[in-house]
Amino acid sequence: MELQGLIESLQRDFPSLSWSEFRGQVRAWVSRDRLFPLLKTLKEQHGFDMLADITCVDYLYYQEKKPARFGLVYVLTNTQTNQRLVVRTFLDEPDLVAPSATPLWEAANWLEREVWDMFGIRFAGHPDLRRILLPEDFASHPLRKDYPLQGLGERNNFPIIRRAES
Amino acid sequence: MPLERSQLAESSAEPGQPQPYLWRMNFGPQHPAMHTTLRLILTLDGERIVDAVPDIGYLHCGFEKLGESLDYNQYVVVTDRMNYLSSPANNVAWHEAVERLLGIQPPRRCQYLRVIAAELARISDHLLCIGAMGLDTGAYTHFMYAFNPRERIYDIFEALCGARFTTSYTRVGGLCRDASPKAIQMIRDFCRDFPKVLRDIHLLMDRNRIFVDRTKGIGVLSKEEAINRGCSGPVARASGVTRDLRKDEPYLCYRDFDFQVCCATEGDCFARYRVRLAEMEESLKIIQQAIENLPSGPVNLDPGYRIVLPEKQAVYQTIEGLITHFEILMPNRGFRAPCEEIYVATEAPNGELGFYIVGQGNYVAYRARCRPPSFIHYGLMPHLIRGHMISDIVAVLGSLNIIAGELDR
Repeated sequence: MELQGLIESLQRDFPSLSWSEFRGQVRAWVSRDRLFPLLKTLKEQHGFDMLADITCVDYLYYQEKKPARFGLVYVLTNTQTNQRLVVRTFLDEPDLVAPSATPLWEAANWLEREVWDMFGIRFAGHPDLRRILLPEDFASHPLRKDYPLQGLGERNNFPIIRRAES
Repeated sequence: MPLERSQLAESSAEPGQPQPYLWRMNFGPQHPAMHTTLRLILTLDGERIVDAVPDIGYLHCGFEKLGESLDYNQYVVVTDRMNYLSSPANNVAWHEAVERLLGIQPPRRCQYLRVIAAELARISDHLLCIGAMGLDTGAYTHFMYAFNPRERIYDIFEALCGARFTTSYTRVGGLCRDASPKAIQMIRDFCRDFPKVLRDIHLLMDRNRIFVDRTKGIGVLSKEEAINRGCSGPVARASGVTRDLRKDEPYLCYRDFDFQVCCATEGDCFARYRVRLAEMEESLKIIQQAIENLPSGPVNLDPGYRIVLPEKQAVYQTIEGLITHFEILMPNRGFRAPCEEIYVATEAPNGELGFYIVGQGNYVAYRARCRPPSFIHYGLMPHLIRGHMISDIVAVLGSLNIIAGELDR
């Protein structure tokens, strides 16, 4: 089934669903409260059995106006037909919570932890939402656009151990 | 920001109380068998693993943040450092994504040379993986047999682009330089000699009692689990997932070549080793076909597109060349990526290496997300080693081929 036709048939159950295409890649936008049911339908009824990636984009300084600050990206893959579908949803401050996809795909576990680590978006229902790449006591979320490239001086907090003390 | 003791570091024993039945042990990050800076916190029943918690991030360098301030050509230098065993494959993946975003296609000769470099990188990566896997499981000789041809692959990279390790081979719409006749001859010689190495490895390992005993039936991953946990590349194919992006979503000129997707059904460490060995044979077939059918013609996109810098001779001797050169380099005149987003994945040696690029109407990416295969595969570790012995960790780790540069970025 062509992806455009699939999305149009899904629009009956998901009225908030809209889609666009860029260089052959189909993206579907859905509101946050319908995100989990959509992912579940796509996985269980339409064969998108592999979750390739979850990531996020912070549109704080983006040229084009976007409906909200953060855009979540789910890259779904159908391993039988090799189709890819990108599912997008927008989140705005202060309510940065999205439903966790871990009940559907185990792969979402670490990917969601990374999004929490880098962007500070919480995933409701995640079994173990800790920081993954940065230290546990790191205070900010560095891939947000208002975090400077040089950092906020976190590296100065580490104690310097001389050779004699080590 | 105060520095506090990590929760993970705490022992499972209360102070003053007797040691409980299950022990907590740190494996890594500085351990000779944990090839790079990986850390596992194990809960042990004697020598058997009850649970494991991976702790990563020791090599986190903020590559994705850097990608938001370096332009599309500069960032290729950072992609070298991701999976540093096969940097040309990362270069190709990055510029494939950028070119898809820009909507251009490099010339045929460039595509062929990129395929050759990427497949050589795949051979080099697989050789290191199975070599180190043999080293960890008590087959030292095999490690040396695998490292000899890697040296020759590095020599070829040096002849192709001047660097052995961090190649930075590709540019948007082209390559940093065309292949010289000497480099082509070196690749031909490598194709002639390499089957003997593969034969040696088969003879050394396939029936090596210690190696087979330590890898067969260890770390078994079923097909459903592999798909559900997002595995790709040799790890997924060893579990029976017949997915290879070179066939399923052909990029570059992979349609031109005759090769097969190598799969196994057992899903254990030995199956992953066999899949990697078979893939090297297929890669060799691709390189042979590509080098014999290498098209002539330019290696870079036509200067008229204003994407690739013109030849130095044209810059120095013609006014058009000079103007083009400066127009590309000036910050407000260079090529522009559309305000759009795209996810492009290629088949890197470890699996699906994807880039999610957001363009913002200029020459720098707004967001350069990298989907590294090692990150997904290291998440499997607790699942694969639960119930095995401590000594099996190194066999599983070797078969997954986790590269910390790519894992932590």
